[in-house]
Amino acid sequence: MIESNYVSELSFRAVNHTESLKKAMAMGADKIISEITDSKLRGCGGAGFPAGLKLSLMAKETGEPKYVICNADEGEPGTFKDREILTNYPKLVFTGMAIAAHAIRATKGILYLRAEYNYLKDHLEKIFAELRAEKVLAEFDIEIRSGAGAYVCGEETALIESLEGKRGEPRNRPPFPIQDGFLAKPTQVNNVETFAWITAIITKGANWFKSVGTEKSAGYKIFSISGDCKQPGVYELPMGTTVAEMLKACGGEGAKAVQMGGASGQTLPVSEFSRKIAFEDAPPGGSIMIFRPNRNILDVAENFLEFFVEESCGQCTPCRKGNPKLLEGVKMLKQGKCSKEHLENLRSLCGTMQIASKCGLGQTSSNAFLAITKHFENEIIVGGEK
Amino acid sequence: MIEIENSQLRTELNELVAKYGKSRSSLMPILHELQNKYRGIPEDAMQILADILNMHAVEVQEVATFYNFYNTGEKGKFIIRMCETMPCKMQGAKEVANKLEEELNVKFGETTPDKMFTLEWTSCIGMCDQGPALLVNDKPYTRVKPEKIGSIIRAYREEGR
Repeated sequence: MIESNYVSELSFRAVNHTESLKKAMAMGADKIISEITDSKLRGCGGAGFPAGLKLSLMAKETGEPKYVICNADEGEPGTFKDREILTNYPKLVFTGMAIAAHAIRATKGILYLRAEYNYLKDHLEKIFAELRAEKVLAEFDIEIRSGAGAYVCGEETALIESLEGKRGEPRNRPPFPIQDGFLAKPTQVNNVETFAWITAIITKGANWFKSVGTEKSAGYKIFSISGDCKQPGVYELPMGTTVAEMLKACGGEGAKAVQMGGASGQTLPVSEFSRKIAFEDAPPGGSIMIFRPNRNILDVAENFLEFFVEESCGQCTPCRKGNPKLLEGVKMLKQGKCSKEHLENLRSLCGTMQIASKCGLGQTSSNAFLAITKHFENEIIVGGEK
Repeated sequence: MIEIENSQLRTELNELVAKYGKSRSSLMPILHELQNKYRGIPEDAMQILADILNMHAVEVQEVATFYNFYNTGEKGKFIIRMCETMPCKMQGAKEVANKLEEELNVKFGETTPDKMFTLEWTSCIGMCDQGPALLVNDKPYTRVKPEKIGSIIRAYREEGR
């Protein structure tokens, strides 16, 4: 087992899964959904879809069987909070899946575990067997399925394709998995952390959760903080915490840039450290990477683009062709061989990729390129001039 | 000879299909088992599996070639995957990588002549708070220092004998 370098106080730590499940069963489906809706919990995988709304949409679906899928394909560069939750709080995750299943009348659960976390599979199976033995989850079955090393499978429709024994290529949406998911049945997909919060909210109540945070982003959120700081690790912060406050918490003061939301997120320069970490401001995707002043910011852009070139599924042209073009551009910039005109063309290409790519990967992979060439102009030599 | 081997393979695949269920959704778990056993997914297995699952062989092949943790040729008994993403790079992944190449006497992307080790770069493995990190098959190693590489490799050489 891998223990995190550091874990801050997590407010679901003391939540008892058995109590939560009992309470949920007593509440019944409608009350569970209204409690989660009232808490304003939003999905923790990055997109932030309201968790209560997803439950209520699923409850209305008439197709059967319905599936509840836990997306444990944590692949965004710099994210490892789900590793911590799966290692130390798996009962909260399984219980959250069972509560959701009860609310929407689903009979089958699947946890899709990224291949890189295969070492956790036996542990998760053992914990699930314990829950079965305790008769906590007597009627709800959860199967743990392994991924096989594809970042794009974190996208929910690609994940479903993979479960169906296909290449992990994202589907067109709509239809959404809620209507047409695994094996064309109604399917609810949520992140590991979302299920843990569902369990906690049932025990502690919607008011407890929404007592912190902002108007549009309620509650707590768990972050993976890495890079140039004194104490990298897993941090729970209330939504709305500023980037500067976050840096203070982990000993990352003096940074020149912070990458919010992973390689596909936003690159923030010092001038934006007063921004709030929330859905309506700096993306709270989970991954936070900190860069100190002497890091070459173009190395960062290059590393991220190498990642996207490797991980693009290749299905649609803007992403398949665009990412290598941007990577080539970064390499030219590093050598001081990129003309101003070429840089402008590349920035316009970013816009095309964002509009024309089929899934989140191609729509967001150029974010870092755009931000870095905008905010760190003084570090970039264009056409032989700074 | 090939026929005998293939009939053994068919028996084995029939058992796997019985274990996971006769549907396309069982494809990934079955490929996973084949990958672990044969260090790659044999071409004949793809043909036979397609036949049993009532799929076209190319549909099995397109899955087997899509995912980074599956391969069609034969790889080493131990696949070392070194994380190449930014947090691990910033914590010294390159130095560890150099040491791995030196110790194994192969470059990244290659397999040792004795088929014991395959060395690869991989995308983020979720150990960014304790890099540099690598996987040997399923097992993660974190905070890896170049000076630790010798003993890690020795232990696997011993195990692989």
